[in-house]
Amino acid sequence: MRPADPPGTRAGSAHPDPGTGTGRPGRGPGSTHPHPRSSATRPGPGARTAHPHPGSGSGAALPRPGSGAVHPGAWWLWALALGTAATRTTNPLLLGLLVAVSAYVVTARRPHAPWARSYGAFVKLALAVLVIRLLFTTVLGSPIPGTHVLVTLPEVPLPDWAQGIRLGGRVTAEGLVFALYDALRLAALLICVGAANALANPSRLLKSLPGALYETGVAVVVALTFAPNLIADVQRLRAARRLRGRPDRGVRGLLQVGLPVLEGALERSVALAAAMDARGYGRTARVPAAVRRTTAALTLGGLLGVCAGTYGLLTAEGGTYGVPVLLAGVAAALAGLRLGGRRSPRTRYRPDRWGPRAWLVAASGAVVAAVLAVAAVRDPAALYPGVVPLTAPALPLWPAAAVLLGLLPAFVTPAPERPSAAQPAEEPS
Amino acid sequence: MIRFENVSVTYDRAAEPAVAGVDFEVPEGELALLAGPSGVGKSTVLGAVGGLVPHFTGGTLRGRVTVAGRDTRTHKPRDLADVVGSVGQDPLAHFVTDTVEEELAYGMESLGLPPEVMRRRVEETLDLLGLAGLRGRPLATLSGGQRQRVAIGSVLTPHPRVLVLDEPTSALDPAAAEEVLAVLQRLVHDLGTTVLMAEHRLERVVQYADRVVLLPAPGAAPVLGAPAEVMALSPVCPPVVELGRLAGWSPLPLTVRDARRRAGPLRGRLAGLEPPARPAPRAALPAPPPVAPPRRRLRGRSAAPAAAPSPYAAEVRGLAVRRGRVQALRHVDLAVSPGETVALMGRNGAGKSTLLSALIGLVEPAAGTVRAGDAVPHRTAPRDLLRRVGLVPQEPRDLLYADTVAAECEAADRDAEAAPGTCRALLGELLPGVADDTHPRDLSEGQRLTLALSVVLAARPPLLLLDEPTRGLDYAAKARLSGILRGLAAEGHAIVLATHDVELAAELADRVVLLAEGEVIADGPAADVVTASPSFAPQVAKVLAPQTWLTVAQVRQALA
Repeated sequence: MRPADPPGTRAGSAHPDPGTGTGRPGRGPGSTHPHPRSSATRPGPGARTAHPHPGSGSGAALPRPGSGAVHPGAWWLWALALGTAATRTTNPLLLGLLVAVSAYVVTARRPHAPWARSYGAFVKLALAVLVIRLLFTTVLGSPIPGTHVLVTLPEVPLPDWAQGIRLGGRVTAEGLVFALYDALRLAALLICVGAANALANPSRLLKSLPGALYETGVAVVVALTFAPNLIADVQRLRAARRLRGRPDRGVRGLLQVGLPVLEGALERSVALAAAMDARGYGRTARVPAAVRRTTAALTLGGLLGVCAGTYGLLTAEGGTYGVPVLLAGVAAALAGLRLGGRRSPRTRYRPDRWGPRAWLVAASGAVVAAVLAVAAVRDPAALYPGVVPLTAPALPLWPAAAVLLGLLPAFVTPAPERPSAAQPAEEPS
Repeated sequence: MIRFENVSVTYDRAAEPAVAGVDFEVPEGELALLAGPSGVGKSTVLGAVGGLVPHFTGGTLRGRVTVAGRDTRTHKPRDLADVVGSVGQDPLAHFVTDTVEEELAYGMESLGLPPEVMRRRVEETLDLLGLAGLRGRPLATLSGGQRQRVAIGSVLTPHPRVLVLDEPTSALDPAAAEEVLAVLQRLVHDLGTTVLMAEHRLERVVQYADRVVLLPAPGAAPVLGAPAEVMALSPVCPPVVELGRLAGWSPLPLTVRDARRRAGPLRGRLAGLEPPARPAPRAALPAPPPVAPPRRRLRGRSAAPAAAPSPYAAEVRGLAVRRGRVQALRHVDLAVSPGETVALMGRNGAGKSTLLSALIGLVEPAAGTVRAGDAVPHRTAPRDLLRRVGLVPQEPRDLLYADTVAAECEAADRDAEAAPGTCRALLGELLPGVADDTHPRDLSEGQRLTLALSVVLAARPPLLLLDEPTRGLDYAAKARLSGILRGLAAEGHAIVLATHDVELAAELADRVVLLAEGEVIADGPAADVVTASPSFAPQVAKVLAPQTWLTVAQVRQALA
């Protein structure tokens, strides 16, 4: 039996705003919400005891599960900073260290949630990038002059107009190593992005968007969840194919479920849109016409300013006006966004706070990126090890120590809570 | 609070209006039940309340629908979001965010409630619906009952004055359904919320309704009235009402309690009579052709070991299945003989579907053995397995790929290597009057289920598995399904059905197996198992206890 609380024992005690009609939101569109604070302490009809609920009356004092949860923006900054650091070097030892650092933090701190599994997908993608890059180098040759010939592939003679392209031919160790270093850099960047995805759900970032951009943000996130849902559908329909006695593997099996999968995905999108609309997505507040016009003027003017400023920066003679125009444009656009946010009545439920931990996490990433950027200028030989002649790359001490700073989040952030494992899908009741 | 004024809805490219002449009013604080056979437009009426019909579905709405004084013609769904909360049939399609807590807050965020109000209401709703332990859980990991409760909670938090629910308990086990209904009851009583819901399982909800809006047939005007009056002439009614009609009680009882108080004379008439025994299976099915020698593969399924012929259609010994880190089944033993019908019951997430998946080889056992006739399901090629086991999944649509019924049937014959026309003939027998060129998507829930059943039966599998077959079926469709399944059992098919529907289990099953937390906790004759527990007992058994009658049909037969 399901040992649920019998309704009688809670009657009138746990219901939201028991017995107060005044606690309802808006009687009509645009009406202000009568603040129901007092209602929490007013007993409803049939209430036998004072409301024992922990949340009543106290606004935001409840500890949230994982209350110290770090702002998702901090995780993204940290991961992107590590990624930036990875673009500053081709030293395989440093890159390996960077990947190891991000992997350690991910294993230690990723939440137990479906989106946290995306890390594995990114690692696979990174490996694929490595393999493809090496294959291309092997087949198409490499501009790196090398003396250590590993193998000579039969070369396909190409006509004159395809000069500069080579198919087959000598494969040198130098060329392969160069390609490997280069690909490692991209792979490390991908893995860092994967770490950001695993540590902080991208849709949580939405909460930090300015109000005016929120709805666009939702559209983007919904589009992003399209792919995972599609994969789940493919799996379900392939299982169903097995029920029909058709082979459930192979390319043909995949192709034949294509149409039903797309149909299902589109249907789900429409259903989601309906559900979001029915729950008030896209409601707008009435704003005075003057504010609307000012918003439009500020946003448009700001964007024009940004364009003009960028142009000024890029052309030789615009060096004087470029920076101020750019800054003014950015400021105007930001003001426009802020003013545009008035049209959206949205509020935020428990917005993420940018606390000291978030500063530490973001700063640790930033330091890694900064040190590697400086080192790349000061000591290019160590960060871009040469391949001709072929030498083993050395680990530059200071940059490596700086990379280790990236481990900081694994120690300053709270551990994710464990789900009550070993429970079947049913709740622990 | 909700007022329909002579409303009719015609969808684009439809000749007939989906609903016509709908004219009724639900006053504030009432729980109104929308009843009727499938396909009469219940969902259309519900959608019209929240403005989704016609703003989202297209089509033409004539007449006027007002909710709390707002005309849905001039108010889009988003402008009604603060007065109407609606939950559709599939809670998963309803979810916008990723975790329970965020989902509960979503509607309030859109309406712009102050943060401290949101905070308090989320906590209160978590308690109200018993979800406090799940607050941080990703929605994708919840069971069906949990999802339904989260979906209801997510529309409750903005405190809508009207709640619109489409089949809120159909996917739930009896205990979870009672929980959801208790919550609704409380909203109506304590908060004066107006509730309009459609539900096929009238036995669960009719006693809570203040009034019933009955849509008797497609396009027909609705009948309104107190539940007892409407049930007297309704084409759909719960067993307790049917028993009341049979015994000639007036006014009709709506609850088991009412019925029990009048059942004395009926019990007297039935004393000394025995529920009729089930006929033994007439014939054995022809044995399926032997498993073809497997093609040589680099990797993949190895050859099915030639198994000795088994007296059972399905045999499971010491089965354990893991799904991720969850132990979905542990040490399950089950044997099903040809001609036997077994009902698997248990709460949502107890492992019923996993057991069916194991029987058809969709999941590999972590320990123990599974046999379907002479084959080991997960090691047998789909083509061979088809003639041994057939599964009608929870969502029959998954089985259907073609764009017409005829093409679907032809494909089924090809898959099963049956004589051309086999599947179409079966379908004609089970579901007369379906045109060849109908798109499977346009069929009603019950028709689609029957089509999927015909597709599966084209291969004549001795073992037939059905996962939650009565979800979304009205009583007539359910009765037809029961007739079909009983006929198949008499031909010698072994049938295993996973269901929450106690009435169906009572009607069909020879044996009931109760699962909990992946283990078998009861296995015995249907009458014994279902009457042993109040949540699994069918209404007739509760009314006539201590006699062991399970269905109205049994009583009717005995009295005749």
